[in-house]
Amino acid sequence: MSEKFLMKGNEALAEAAIRANCRFFFGYPITPQTELAAYMAKKMPQVGGLFLQAESEIAAINMVYGAAGAGARVMTSSSSPGISLKSEGISYIAASDLPCVIVNIVRGGPGLGGIQPAQSDYFQATKGGGHGDYHLIVLAPASVQEIVSLMTEAFNIADRYRVPVMIMGDGMLGQMMEPVTFDEIPPIPEDLPPKTWATTGTHMKRKKNIINSLYLTPEDLEELVLEREKKYQLITQKETRSESYLIDDADFVFVAYGTTARIVKSAISTLRKEGYKVGLIRPITLYPFPSDIICETSKKVKGMMSVEMSTGQMVYDVRLAANGNCPVDFYGRTGGMVPSPDEIIAKFKEIAGGER
Amino acid sequence: MTVVFKRPHALSDVSMHYCPGCTHGIIHRLVAEVIDEMDIEGTTIAVVPVGCSVMAYNYFECDVQEAAHGRAPAVATGIKRVHPDNFVFTYQGDGDLAAIGTAETVHAATRSENITVIFVNNAIYGMTGGQMAPTSLVGQITQTTPYGRKVETQGYPLNVCEMLSTLQGSTYIERVSVDSVKNIKAAKAAIKKGFTIQKNKQGFSLIEVLSTCPTNWGMDPSEALNWLRENMMHQYPLGVYKDATKEGGADHE
Repeated sequence: MSEKFLMKGNEALAEAAIRANCRFFFGYPITPQTELAAYMAKKMPQVGGLFLQAESEIAAINMVYGAAGAGARVMTSSSSPGISLKSEGISYIAASDLPCVIVNIVRGGPGLGGIQPAQSDYFQATKGGGHGDYHLIVLAPASVQEIVSLMTEAFNIADRYRVPVMIMGDGMLGQMMEPVTFDEIPPIPEDLPPKTWATTGTHMKRKKNIINSLYLTPEDLEELVLEREKKYQLITQKETRSESYLIDDADFVFVAYGTTARIVKSAISTLRKEGYKVGLIRPITLYPFPSDIICETSKKVKGMMSVEMSTGQMVYDVRLAANGNCPVDFYGRTGGMVPSPDEIIAKFKEIAGGER
Repeated sequence: MTVVFKRPHALSDVSMHYCPGCTHGIIHRLVAEVIDEMDIEGTTIAVVPVGCSVMAYNYFECDVQEAAHGRAPAVATGIKRVHPDNFVFTYQGDGDLAAIGTAETVHAATRSENITVIFVNNAIYGMTGGQMAPTSLVGQITQTTPYGRKVETQGYPLNVCEMLSTLQGSTYIERVSVDSVKNIKAAKAAIKKGFTIQKNKQGFSLIEVLSTCPTNWGMDPSEALNWLRENMMHQYPLGVYKDATKEGGADHE
């Protein structure tokens, strides 16, 4: 039988990263991801790894850039305002085709905002954050156990495609304690490409490696950006993930991710008992977005609803995917407020007009 | 035939983009000569900045990472922590190191990162066309101080060596100049000292090199060297500001 631990999401993120062979962590304190860094500070020296508290989020992400360029499996974590600060560095990391993992335990914004759970960084995570044509691959776990499996995936995707990967959870996921096992982590795939591009020193045996994102000739820069765009298309084909829950007979489907999806499942369970045929699509990758399954589903249902802890960000992607096939509504709470199943049920009944 | 002078191996065989009379070329050469003499090209990783030397990755033959503006010491920290036995140096100008990157500079020094920082101070932002730098002198005319740098509005020049030498973590801090043969030789010795400290794992070293910018100072190269001697050296006296190597350096291990 597998060994189970009762762990906070933040601690599981750290432990899973270490088990994914991450040995370098650069951080800066911010609530509500504190336990992650604290866990790293304690554990990293025990496994021969490095925890370093930087002087700022800006410095931390640039240390990640250095370490990733040098060929290490490296991670940083923060929460919303800190991710804004890291965004410059993230753009450089993406532009230099470097693999790394960035954790955002999202809190209410904008500005300093609050420290309660939110999903209001969806735009920042999936549509840019930093400048230029690039994407983060964004994974959104909904449970502490899923954190463990997605962390392994995150490092593997990062190394396979040479891209920065973000794990985005809300403050609730970071703080909640759930039983978790690490026994089912698969070994690092053997077909990951060797990091021949890393700055390890030439040892006078090869040409120098340059990690760089400066291209002053527009033709060169366009070519590189388009090449990277092809890589994103390949990732979209190969790595898009979602969970479909009770959608086969459904005539109305919710779309929600992270802990919000679990709240929606509670609402679905109540609605199903009342005879409503409702289901859920839970995007696990926010970028690439599971547009195909949403599009397909939108052709079969009377309506869809995006439920988020924001004023409505993912709903734009749901509407693009549904492409007018059915009405797409939205329900959300923001500022650190968490939607309740009852609120979701009430909003659903308002839309569906009590039709079963 | 005896070869008495040649391009150092660590310096790439390409034309540099620097303006005529600019002293970046001399400083690049000094760094490359030191790398050659210490036979460390294969284990050296350079971190280059945003500024005039943004394309220095084309000029050094070792592995290189280009850093975002001001972040070179943080990038170097990341590399050095992964490869503690490699040589890691940053090459940064005054806008990069002493304005936007002040925090990264100070904290790399306080942690006594075992890296060598080559800090090229020419008292101006060169690449963007000659704006006021944190190191511009009081009264200095630049594009953004067309009436001269005024203390009441722009404050005072930042003396990096003096500041860093007060930190417990810094191991070796020296200011040199490349305005004369004598000073060029001294500058090379200082750079070599920095790399040697790194070899001995004694911690953070920074060599500030007073440099000219004839283009943006609006002078010919010889006038620029005179201006450096008569004005910059007054604000930025040459010398060793800190040498903790005798005490074994900052406790880095």
